Amino acid sequence: MKVKQISIFLENKKGRLYEALKVLAEAGINIRALAIADTSDFGILRLIVNDPEKAKSALENAGFTVKITPVLAVEVDDRPGGLAEVLKYLYDADINVEYTYAFVEKSGEKAVVVLRTNNLDKTISVLKEKGITLLSEGEVANL
Amino acid sequence: MYWNKEAETMPREELQKLQLQRLREVVKYAYERVPFYRKRCEAAGIKPEDIRSFEDLKYIPFTSKADLREVYPFGLFAVPLSEIVEIHSSSGTTGKPVVAGYTRRDLEVWGEVMARSLTMIGVTSQDVIQIAYGYGLFTGGLGFHYGALKIGATIVPASAGNTRRQITLMQDFGTTVLACTPSYALYLAEYARDEMGIDPSTLKLRVGSFGAEMWTEEMRREIEKRFGIKAYNVYGLTEIIGPGVAHECEEQKGLHIWEDHFLPEIIDPETGEWVEEGKEGELVLTTLTKEGVPMIRFRTRDITSFVPGECPCGRTGRRIERIKGRTDDMIKVRGVMLFPYQIEQCILEVQGVEPHYQIILTRPHHLDEIEVQVEMAKETFSDEVRAIEELRRRLEKKIEETVGIRVKVTLVEPKSLPRSEGKAKRVIDKRNLS
Repeated sequence: MKVKQISIFLENKKGRLYEALKVLAEAGINIRALAIADTSDFGILRLIVNDPEKAKSALENAGFTVKITPVLAVEVDDRPGGLAEVLKYLYDADINVEYTYAFVEKSGEKAVVVLRTNNLDKTISVLKEKGITLLSEGEVANL
Repeated sequence: MYWNKEAETMPREELQKLQLQRLREVVKYAYERVPFYRKRCEAAGIKPEDIRSFEDLKYIPFTSKADLREVYPFGLFAVPLSEIVEIHSSSGTTGKPVVAGYTRRDLEVWGEVMARSLTMIGVTSQDVIQIAYGYGLFTGGLGFHYGALKIGATIVPASAGNTRRQITLMQDFGTTVLACTPSYALYLAEYARDEMGIDPSTLKLRVGSFGAEMWTEEMRREIEKRFGIKAYNVYGLTEIIGPGVAHECEEQKGLHIWEDHFLPEIIDPETGEWVEEGKEGELVLTTLTKEGVPMIRFRTRDITSFVPGECPCGRTGRRIERIKGRTDDMIKVRGVMLFPYQIEQCILEVQGVEPHYQIILTRPHHLDEIEVQVEMAKETFSDEVRAIEELRRRLEKKIEETVGIRVKVTLVEPKSLPRSEGKAKRVIDKRNLS
């Protein structure tokens, strides 16, 4: 139920984000979700794409430092409190969220968020128990 | 094992007395015979008889490599050419070459200090020594040759190069001692294994004397492992005599200087003052017995420090640490001396970053700031900001502990720092110091 996320190390240098996205565009990669964590010196660009392996090799060939990190793609109700509800389950189970960001596309009437926690396996079992839907790699690629 | 026990283990007090006596003699000798030294002393308002103690040494002007070039070729010779029996010369890649002339007695001394050096690491007349330093104007080959000749070891004067033949000679002649540059030793081991299918550890080699370039403890361990030998560090320079100024003993804890022939000082390269005992600085050498080209307070530009304490081997000549760098690479920041290699060591010790780095000096608010840019290792790139920040802080802390000043570490993308063939440009000084 884990989904492959691409993480890219970006120096805080003019045009670096553009260059990364240009490489992906040229490789015909479609971006499903995107977030940037930034500090004063560097940033980490996190992406969910339709073909993570192809994206990784294209970026590496262009000289980027890339890592594939497992994350979860979680369906939440598209209404006020939808995400909060999911996070409450994690809070109760003593799971820490490292980061989260949202997909551009929806899955039917549901919004999809990316979730990375300090214990992914435990997160999966807690959310499943609560009847929350986790999207598979294939489902994410076809959003 | 000693070659000259009396000289090598002379009590410090006695040795110092001998040094002072010889120092006074050589200053007088140089003053009387070499116009260059006389002019220098006169300009400094000092006469040879003013030298009464080691403290007085401070009044004598230094001699630099640039001085030597100015008087090329024979300007520092203290004897007529008819008394010079051999000439050596540096390659002169960075300007006019430096010329060294040896009298018959100078060659005797050279052989003596090299014989001591080789005996110190266990070389005897029973050994077969392969000298793979270049023979010729370069002092490496012949310096080892004269020492080995005195000992009576069987010399294989292979000179440098022709790697395949070197290994064949080692195999066929049963070479037990190898003398060459450390990088060539590693290449020999690699070549034997990869190109000739010979495991270098099966050769009869047991010890090696390596020098003429900077190298590290890691390289020593690698050479020792590959050949199954003990590897020792030799130090010397054409301006002083060639190899044999200092050599490691079997303790491998610093190089003993043959102090009855060479007087060492360690100075702050900026101020010219002696550094505190045990602190790093530039090695300055004075030849105490040389006739052909006496060298007074020669600035070697090599960075080292004295190893404190007595050596268990019983020799009383002070030890210096392996050469750490060149003064040309020195950076002075907020009054603190630091060298790129110190930062390099920190980087190598903190795993997760590549040994590719650049030091950038700025002075934004009348205060020097150092930024060290280090390439992130691909393998350790983490998706988490926290982990990367943690790596950065660890490196900053390590550098601060080592060099004594705060630096800012910036992690940059792999392969983003400029690469250069040969000497990498490590320091970019953006301070406006004019």
